[in-house]
Amino acid sequence: MSSYDNKITVSIAGGEPSLPSLITLKEQTTRDSKKMSPSAQNKNVGATLDKLFRNTTMFFAFLVFILLFGIIVVLFVGSLPALKAFGPSFFTSPAWNPVEIQFGGLVPIYGTFITALIAMLIGIPVSFGIAIFITELSPTWLKRPIGVAIELLAGIPSIIYGMWGLFVFAPLFADHVQPWINDNLGNLPLIGQVFQGPPMGIGMLTAGIILAIMVIPFTSSVMRDVFEIVPSMLKESAYGLGATTWEVVWNVVLPYTKTGVVGGIMLGLGRALGETMAVTFVIGNAHELSPSLMMPGNTISSALANEFTEAVGDIYTSSLITLGLTLFVITFIVLALAKILLIRLSLREGKQS
Amino acid sequence: MSQLNNKRYLKRKIINSLALSISVVTVLFALSFLVWILWTLFSQGLSHLTLDVFTKMTPPPGSSGGLLNAIVGSFQMVLFATLIGTPVGILAGTYLAEYGRSGWLAPTTRFINDILLSAPSIVIGLFVYEVAVNTVGHFSGWAGSLALSLIVIPVVVRTTENMMTLVPSTLREAAAALGAPYWKVIVNVVYRSAKTGIMTGLLLAVARISGETAPLLFTALNNQFWNSDMSKPISSLAVVIFQFAMSPYKDWQHLAWAGALLITLFVLGLNILARSVFRSNQSQS
Repeated sequence: MSSYDNKITVSIAGGEPSLPSLITLKEQTTRDSKKMSPSAQNKNVGATLDKLFRNTTMFFAFLVFILLFGIIVVLFVGSLPALKAFGPSFFTSPAWNPVEIQFGGLVPIYGTFITALIAMLIGIPVSFGIAIFITELSPTWLKRPIGVAIELLAGIPSIIYGMWGLFVFAPLFADHVQPWINDNLGNLPLIGQVFQGPPMGIGMLTAGIILAIMVIPFTSSVMRDVFEIVPSMLKESAYGLGATTWEVVWNVVLPYTKTGVVGGIMLGLGRALGETMAVTFVIGNAHELSPSLMMPGNTISSALANEFTEAVGDIYTSSLITLGLTLFVITFIVLALAKILLIRLSLREGKQS
Repeated sequence: MSQLNNKRYLKRKIINSLALSISVVTVLFALSFLVWILWTLFSQGLSHLTLDVFTKMTPPPGSSGGLLNAIVGSFQMVLFATLIGTPVGILAGTYLAEYGRSGWLAPTTRFINDILLSAPSIVIGLFVYEVAVNTVGHFSGWAGSLALSLIVIPVVVRTTENMMTLVPSTLREAAAALGAPYWKVIVNVVYRSAKTGIMTGLLLAVARISGETAPLLFTALNNQFWNSDMSKPISSLAVVIFQFAMSPYKDWQHLAWAGALLITLFVLGLNILARSVFRSNQSQS
């Protein structure tokens, strides 16, 4: 503003600036810039370095970006022989015969979904309970230790879960829990045969339970985070109306955070679908389709872990790669949905605050 | 009327205490598994964790030995994976945090990175097999390192971005006002203030890959003998544990338990270290 004022004053006082004065001005500036040339050069170098740094970081960001497509393309190329040989029926055929070179993905795909489903049925309520405890019930001094302990569950390598599952959990499960399930749930009409089977300890139910324990830390930490963003004014209003803690959680906290909760569940589901080592130990690695949860089965990841290095022949290897691609696409969709839901919650959060 | 109200009140109270007790039970349920698994590891592994484990090679079935080559192999692959993954992750994270305000690349990459963060590690192994094993014709430690580094990258990208966006923009503005070019602002000011946060992410990433088995199964494979040549198949603690635990030989299973205890203590120790480093830094500022 002030410079504009100055200009006006100048033009009023001196009228049109004369030509010579402009030339001297120009000379002056060129002389100045010559005098300042080292620093100007520095500025140029600085600008180039700036650009270089920016482009380097951009290159690596692009690398991460391209990695996802790289994985999909490479796996797709690898799965072409199997897809050519079997066509879309690969996904609906239960055959798995390396001798006759007949392969179908139905058994591992089914096993992947069923074990993940069991994991979710157990994992969701437990995670919900943990999140409620940490956000609503726990005294402040206990919050951190319990949070850390739950997160340590996520830190235990999955191979340890597998060993523990095979050597400790499965025998106990076979001796004490499975006979009970057989006797009490096995005779139910319609769904009875789901719970009938030899008490071997290993099988889809065991895999699902161990997956549930592995998924709990991920799901509960997302739920805890989203529960914590609920404005305390909302909760206090409900408490002020005389609501109980459970009523506040169920009628205020949960409706407010439902997209985030579903996002957390999807994140856990993505983990459960792709988990490898723990499942490989206890699933039993059998390519048989069985309605019983007690029977050994197979998941995509455990089929890969067990068979990939021993697979001979293009079609066998390629069939396994097709399974891998299927797993990647499924988890991609699930995780992308989880991410979108969580982004939507945080967007709403931004609008309100 | 008041009786009806009382009944209703009682019902609500009962539901409330029931729900809250279930919530306490779920916490105990989850914690009991942590205790159970750790107890199993100590009771099975501690007695077999002798000096031999650190000084002898993996034995053939039926004879005694240790896990030296597996420990060294794991160490080598984790080291190289971290060396490959860290710079890539930090630079990509820098782009997301500092230059990612406009354009399509940053939000898309952020989205993809979050998916890669939870992507099944066995698929990463499959990808690296196709890229670095199938083309070369043999399994190698480098392929294993590459697979692990692909797991390190998303973790580092995520923490780097988070930690750099936490740095107050007034710091950047102050540096810029003194005439520093933007790259100098980032390197000398932002990196410096986000240093401990980025270190935490790095420790967590190392903890994560130290226990990874799935991506190594068909990249680094395994090696029963001493081998420090990264271009050949190389043994790793996790894969050896898998092989030994699944075997019918008692000696191997004992070594597997010792290795399992070792790997868990290392990973959980790193986790706790990362947390305490981050926490002490937070309380300082």
